[in-house]
Amino acid sequence: MMIGRIQAPPTVRKGEPFEIKVLVQHPMETGFRRGMNGQSIPMNVVNKLTCTLAGREVFSAELGSGVAANPYLAFFAVATQAGEIVVEWSDDRGETGRLTAAFTLA
Amino acid sequence: MKRRHFLALPALAAVPARAQTGRFQPAQDVGPLVRKLADGMAPAEGGIEVELPQIAENGNSVPMRIRVDSPMSAADHVLAIHIIAERNPRPLVATFHLSAASGKAEVSTRVRLAGTQKVRVLAELSGKRFRIAQRDVLVTSAACLDESL
Repeated sequence: MMIGRIQAPPTVRKGEPFEIKVLVQHPMETGFRRGMNGQSIPMNVVNKLTCTLAGREVFSAELGSGVAANPYLAFFAVATQAGEIVVEWSDDRGETGRLTAAFTLA
Repeated sequence: MKRRHFLALPALAAVPARAQTGRFQPAQDVGPLVRKLADGMAPAEGGIEVELPQIAENGNSVPMRIRVDSPMSAADHVLAIHIIAERNPRPLVATFHLSAASGKAEVSTRVRLAGTQKVRVLAELSGKRFRIAQRDVLVTSAACLDESL
């Protein structure tokens, strides 16, 4: 399980877009670097991140080695009902992470 | 040969060899990649606002904000946003998938840039329409993509 942070408003207006900010702790290893022993460090990046809002997918991202370490993403979503924001991601090693934030409708 | 001359030899030979190992990545032709992503169509210019610093001091983390003009309705919205950096060893930096449920076609992230280059943003809109925008960035210190740590 990987570490991450999510920032979203606790209450949102129905039908009005609001911003969700996600920060994932990950080295985003490019596969081009070499370690202290001269061996190349295998590529390991968060390749897929999805965000669902009350069970409905609102955003997904396919990331590559061109995304900075500790990937930060901010995007918008519209809520039609109260629920939970769920952000899930996985990296090349198959490790996964998950963040949730509950929100209510104003 | 004097000992100090002999010792200087490998040092001289090592310099050009290091410089070739991708420290100065040449800009690649991203045309085929853009055509592939745009499904063979020629994307229209404009309609995308890209916020990217003109001078990035560190290529390892360059903040970027993309805004696409779109009503984001069920009939007319942005489906995908691609970031393409022509001098990166892997030019396709990221792809974001949006829908009408996004409400606003705006995405922020932080990218790695391997040197001064043109960064292109390709957006796919509903009805198989494509838009492209490009932005020049001067990168003072490129992202470490070679052997150095």
